[in-house]
Amino acid sequence: MSSALTSSIASRFENIVGSAFVRTEADAVADYRVDGSLPAAAVLPENAEQAAEIVKIAVREKFALIPCGARTSLGVGMPPSRYDVALDMTRLQGVAHYDPGDLTISVDAGMRLVELARILAEKKQFLPLAVPFFEKATIAGVIASGLDSPLRHFYGTARDFLIGAEFVDGTGALAKSGGRVVKNVTGYDFHKLLNGSLGSLAVITRLNFRTFPVQSSRRGFLASFADEIHALTFVKELAASPLTPTLVEAIAPEFAKLFLEEKSPVASLRLDVQAWTVCVGFEGSSEVCERYARDLGRLARMASTQDATSVHDSQFLSLLEILREAPVSMSRAASRSIVFRFATLPGRLADLLRALRSFANSSWIPSVVLIRSGSIIYFALLPRQGDEAATKQIAYFWKSVDSLQGQLEFNASVLFCPTEWKSEFDCKAQGPESADLQRRVKKAFDPNGTFASGRFPGGI
Amino acid sequence: MDQTAHEKTESQKATGVRKLPDEVLNGLRSIVGKQNVLASGTETLVYECDGMMTHRYPPSAVVLPTSTDQIAPIVCLLADHQTPFVARGAGTGLSGGALATNGAVVIEMARLNRILKIDYDNRIAVVETGLVNIRLSQAVNPDGFYYAPDPSSQKSCTIGGNVSENSGGPHTLAYGVTTNHVTGLELVLPDGEIKRIGGKITDSLGYDLCGLLVGSEGTLALITEITAKLSKKPEAVKTLLAIFETVDDATETVTDLTARAITPAACEMLDGWTLCAVEDYVHAGFPRDCGAVLLIEVEGVTEAVASQAVGIEEVCKAHKAREVRTAKDDQQRELLWKGRKTAFGALGRLAPSNYVLDAVIPRSKLPQALRRVLEIGKECGLNIGNIFHAGDGNLHPLVLFDPRNREQFEKAVKASTDIVRYCVEIGGALTGEHGVGMEKSELMTLMFSEADFALMRRVHSQFNPTGLLNPGKVFPMGKGCGETRIRTSPMHRPVPA
Repeated sequence: MSSALTSSIASRFENIVGSAFVRTEADAVADYRVDGSLPAAAVLPENAEQAAEIVKIAVREKFALIPCGARTSLGVGMPPSRYDVALDMTRLQGVAHYDPGDLTISVDAGMRLVELARILAEKKQFLPLAVPFFEKATIAGVIASGLDSPLRHFYGTARDFLIGAEFVDGTGALAKSGGRVVKNVTGYDFHKLLNGSLGSLAVITRLNFRTFPVQSSRRGFLASFADEIHALTFVKELAASPLTPTLVEAIAPEFAKLFLEEKSPVASLRLDVQAWTVCVGFEGSSEVCERYARDLGRLARMASTQDATSVHDSQFLSLLEILREAPVSMSRAASRSIVFRFATLPGRLADLLRALRSFANSSWIPSVVLIRSGSIIYFALLPRQGDEAATKQIAYFWKSVDSLQGQLEFNASVLFCPTEWKSEFDCKAQGPESADLQRRVKKAFDPNGTFASGRFPGGI
Repeated sequence: MDQTAHEKTESQKATGVRKLPDEVLNGLRSIVGKQNVLASGTETLVYECDGMMTHRYPPSAVVLPTSTDQIAPIVCLLADHQTPFVARGAGTGLSGGALATNGAVVIEMARLNRILKIDYDNRIAVVETGLVNIRLSQAVNPDGFYYAPDPSSQKSCTIGGNVSENSGGPHTLAYGVTTNHVTGLELVLPDGEIKRIGGKITDSLGYDLCGLLVGSEGTLALITEITAKLSKKPEAVKTLLAIFETVDDATETVTDLTARAITPAACEMLDGWTLCAVEDYVHAGFPRDCGAVLLIEVEGVTEAVASQAVGIEEVCKAHKAREVRTAKDDQQRELLWKGRKTAFGALGRLAPSNYVLDAVIPRSKLPQALRRVLEIGKECGLNIGNIFHAGDGNLHPLVLFDPRNREQFEKAVKASTDIVRYCVEIGGALTGEHGVGMEKSELMTLMFSEADFALMRRVHSQFNPTGLLNPGKVFPMGKGCGETRIRTSPMHRPVPA
C-alpha cells in the first residue's frame, strides 16, 4: 500500500467523485485485492470524464492504478508490481446507443454482462460472449481479461465483434477507436489491443459491439467415447464435414465427474463420468437442426461412440452454462487449483494433450481437462489438500511444459492460480521479438507506466 | 512521349521531387541488381499513382526486391540517407495509400509472390506479401478450401496490400474482413529490423499486435509475410438476383433483412442506371429497366441455404420486388458476380473519369442515405452511380466526371466530401475498406479528436519514429485550415482536351 496517498490526495479524488465514492477504509479496499496487493484507495467515477480526471491525478502523483469492474477476473495475469488506486468502473452502466436494426450496440464499461444479455434478448439478439462469471462480470472486465467463450467456434472471439471503444489513455486523455458500424477501417484499430490487455493500456469507458440474432432453435449433441483418441477423431471428422457448429467441446472423464458432483441440472444430460464426452452445439431452422443431429450421429458412430444423445433448447442452455463456467469450476475444484490455458494448432492438439497428461501423472497431481474448439486446452492441476510436495511437483510440471517449446507449437498462459505460485509461471509472451513491440505499444498508451504494471508475463 | 516527359517535369517541380543521390541508387542496385531499380521518368511513370487516379506523386525511384532479406537492407540504406519510402503491392488501392509522397522510393512488393506453406490440417497458409489475392484461393480450391476476403480487385490486388488496408469484399458480410483471417505477420520495421508477430495459432499471448498492424495502411511497418486462415468451401451456394422498380424498395429490403436476422454471405446492390452499363459490358442478363437489383448469396449446409433463400425471397417480395431470380448453375452465378466485380470498370463507358467513394453507414439508415447521395448528385449536377456492399452498409458512390473540366472536377470533390460528411453525421465512418490513405486524411477530424490523434501519433512514433515510412498518409496535414475536404493532389490539373 502506498503511503504517498495522503488524505489531501484522497480529498482531491473526493472533489471529483464525491466522498461517498472514494473508499480508503481497510475493509473496503480489501475487496479490491489483486494477488495479495491492496490499494490505498478505491475510486468510483460516475462517468468517463471523472475517470479521466482520476487518471490525470494518478499520473501526476505517480500512483499505480488498476481499472476494475466486478473484480471477478482480477486474478488473471501476473501480480501487479505496484498498486495504489483501484479505479472501479461499475457506476458506468448505461446504454449509449442501441440500433437493433443495424445489429450494433454501445454500452458503458461497467454494464454487467447479464444485463447486457437481457437488453439484447428483448430484441431477440445476443453477444456470443458466454464467458466465466457471466452473472457478475462487467463488459469491460470481460474484454480486458480476454477470457474466451465456447461459442468462439462459430462466432469467433471478442476481437471479431468488438467494433469500437472509448477509453482513458495513460495521459488521462479520453480517446477512442473504431466506431458504431460493422465495417470500418478508419484509423488504427486500438480497440483490438484492449482485448486481453488486463487493464495495462487504458481504462475502458465504453465498448461498441456487433450483435447477433438469436436463431429459432439452439440445440446440442453429446457423444461419449472410450478415450481421447476416439473423442478427438470425432472432433477432427466433424471439422472436415460441411457442418458449422456453434461449439465443440471435449470433456475428459474427470471433468464430467466434477460437473455431476457440482451441479445437479446436468444429471439430465446423462454425461458418462467414465468416458470422454464431446459436446456439439448447433442452431437454425428445424430442418437444419435435424440435418445436424443426423450427421452428428453418423460421424459419432464412425468414431466408435459409446452413446450419443440430442440436447434440446432448454437443456442446451444449461449445457452452455456449464461449459461457459468451466474454467471457474476447475479453479474451484481444489483449494489451490491452477488452471492453465494452452492454445495450439488442431493438428498438434493430440500430441500436446498426451504430453500434458503424462507430465501431470508423473508429478502425481490430479488433473482435469476440457478441450475447446479443437485447439484450446483448459488444463487444471488440483493439488491435494496438505500436499507439501505440491510446489515442487508443480514446478516440475511447468519445467516439463517448457521443454515442449520447440517441439510442439503452443501458447501457454495461467488463468487462475494461487498468488504464491505465480512467479513460477512467468512465461514468455510471444518471444523476445514481439515483446519489444509490445513494450512499444505499452509506452505509447501509458507513457508513465500508470496502469496495471507488471500484470503481463515478461514484466510488461 | 514528349508530352509525357513534359508533364513529368511539371510533376517533379510541383511535388519537389529530388533526384536520389548516386550513392543511394548504387546502394539499391547492389542489393537487388541494376535491372531491379527503376529511376528514370519513363520507368517510374506508372508508379506515380495508384487506383486513385486523381492523385499523382512521382517516386524518386522504384526498387523491386524478391525477398525479406533484400527489403531489410533496402530499408536500412534509405533510413541512413533520410529518404522516405513506401511499400506498394499491385497499386489497386483507391485511397492513395501507396503514393510516393515527398519523393519517396517505392518498394514494389509484387515479386514476393510465393505461397510458402499450405497446411490443411491446421487450416492455414503462409504467403509472401506480393501474392495476388485470388492465387491463394485458386491454389487451395481443388482441395475444398478458399481464402475468404475477396475484394473486387482480387484478381490483381496483393494479400500484403489487403493486410495494409484491412480489405473487405462482398463476402465479408458473413466471413469478416482481412483482420479476421490473419494470425501472423513478418514485418520489416522502418529501421530495417525484421520482426514476427502472432503466428499460426489464433490466440497469441500479449497484446493483439496483428490487430494493430492489419489496417495500419503501411504506416507502421512493411509487411513481408502473412499467415492466413483458410476456409472450408460451403456445401451449398445459392445466388439470388432480386429486381426492384426503385432504389428505395431495394434499400428497405436490405434494412428489413438485417432486422429480421437474415444474414446472407453477401448482399450487394447495383442501381438501375449503372446496371445498364454493366449489362452492356458483361451480358449477364441484368435487367435494363429497373430501379435497382440486389445480388444476394447464401451459403452453408443445403438445408440452411434452402430455408434462408425462402426467407430472403419473402422479404424481397414484401418490398415489391418485381422478380427474384436464382442462378441456375455455377456459370450463371459466376456471370452475375463478374457483373458486380467489374462494375466500376464498366462505368468507364459513361464518363471519361470517375471517383469511387467508400464510406459506411448504419444499415438501418440505408434508405435515407441513398436518397441523400442521389440528392447530392443532383445538387452538384453530376451523375452518381451506386454499386456497393449493401449488407454491411458499405457505400461506394461512384461520381462520374470529366477531368478535362476543372469545374466538374471541383464539383466531384465537393459531392464526394458532402457524401462522406453526411455518412459520418448519421453515425457512420469515413471508410469501410479502402482506407484513409491520402484521400481522406483531412476528413479524419470529422471522426477523431486531438486526443485521438495524439495517441495515434504516439503509436506511430513508436514504430516509425523518423516518419520516413509512408509519409503523408492517414494523419491530417492541415494546420488551422478552415476547410475539411477530400484531399486533391497538387498534381491534379485539367487534362488538355
